[in-house]
Amino acid sequence: MQTGYMLRLLETDERIDGRKMNEFREVKVETNVAETAEGSARVKIGKTDVIVGIKMGMGVPFSDMPNMGVLKTGAEFTPIADPDFESGPPGENATELARIVDRGIRESDSIDLEKLCLKEREKVWEIFVDIHIINNDGNLIDASALAAIAAMKTAKIPKIEDDKIIRDKLEKKLPILHVPVTVTIGKVAGKFIFDPNKEEEEVLDAKLSVAVMEDGKVCAMQKQGTHGLTEEDLDEMIDLAVKKSKELRKFL
Amino acid sequence: MGMKTEEKLIVNGKRLDGRKPNEFRDIEMKVGVIPNANGSAQVRFGKTVAIAGVYGPRALFPKHRQKADTAIIQCRYNMAPFSVDDRAYPGPSRRSVEISKVTRLALEPALFLEDYPETVVDVYIEILQADGSTRVTGINAASLALADAGVPMRDLVVAVSGGKIDDTIILDMCGKEDNYSEADVPLAFMPRKKIITLLQMDGQLTPKELKSIIKEQLKTGEKIYEKQKEALNKKYKE
Repeated sequence: MQTGYMLRLLETDERIDGRKMNEFREVKVETNVAETAEGSARVKIGKTDVIVGIKMGMGVPFSDMPNMGVLKTGAEFTPIADPDFESGPPGENATELARIVDRGIRESDSIDLEKLCLKEREKVWEIFVDIHIINNDGNLIDASALAAIAAMKTAKIPKIEDDKIIRDKLEKKLPILHVPVTVTIGKVAGKFIFDPNKEEEEVLDAKLSVAVMEDGKVCAMQKQGTHGLTEEDLDEMIDLAVKKSKELRKFL
Repeated sequence: MGMKTEEKLIVNGKRLDGRKPNEFRDIEMKVGVIPNANGSAQVRFGKTVAIAGVYGPRALFPKHRQKADTAIIQCRYNMAPFSVDDRAYPGPSRRSVEISKVTRLALEPALFLEDYPETVVDVYIEILQADGSTRVTGINAASLALADAGVPMRDLVVAVSGGKIDDTIILDMCGKEDNYSEADVPLAFMPRKKIITLLQMDGQLTPKELKSIIKEQLKTGEKIYEKQKEALNKKYKE
């Protein structure tokens, strides 16, 4: 670890990999990366590499939303992606990641869930958004959220014949109403940085993830990290995230 | 959020239960409710009831999890199966795993953990009755329980839920408001220096609306702080 060096650099607005404070690493979005999925995307932000696959199945609606499809988001930190990831059921960090991505999609009313009703109260489409981390070099949240919406945009609903899903006959597109983009800002040594890599994440005091809609409205937020933030910090971070979201949106 | 209701939740500036937008429900706080715990507290906001117990600082096992220069804090937020309308399945859910994590991070900045190397502070929160705003009620109880346990603290942690219904900012949402509001913003902070230690949000808000909710929470949250101090003093006067 080069903590001391990193912190000294940040004092003069420099970062360990030479980036500007508000600069993302190179972002690459590739869609249709898994043929078995109904929609998929792979997002690389620098060396961080995430695949999201969309699967669809038939299920029973929630009783309080009898005419709406069901969205389920999961994340797996596979040990292949990071020496610190362990096998086993999703832990605290994977659960949190999945729920942050889920809230961005859900709260922006991204999917037109009413169009996913097959028979009211009985049968609806279930949309599974599964986040698979291939390599972790920090900022998994922004990469995963971007991959999720990119995958959803390519997803197609399979045909149903005799009450069975015909996987190789894809009928229509998954109805997407809104496109949320999530931007995470880290605070360290009194400064704000975008897209922290893994080394930087280890020295961050706090982070704020902000999901932003097309019109600049915020639809989900989560503070992370062991230090607090002031009201002024939050005001600035929200504005910075809303502004940056426009840049990330271009990759979709 | 996302759900719609025909019922008006705010009529003539009054909420369903007659409250003003920034008014809290009836609040009750009691410190020292679990004899076995080193510190404990029960907090009620209207029909939402949380009980928190703190054990420690105590030795941490297995030993390899110990930190040579600091104590660690562990947190478990749990809902009693009977705390909700449809029985909650016992054991951790994805929701409770996440809430446990953000609760831990909400409390951690307030503690001088470095004074107790190689130990653990265990914070257990049980929701006995849920009618909205359970995570913030749990944090308010946990903060009192930590103080009651005598864990050195920079400040108490105050938590307050906020949201928006029909262009009105509201605080301390009850279950129904929680379900139908346009946004839900749980926040926790240390009042003395106004350091925010927990912030989550879902719903849809402009940045301006979001900032004004946070401002209102920081301002009106002071009332909870006063109640907390009162509850702590009361235990030692008795």
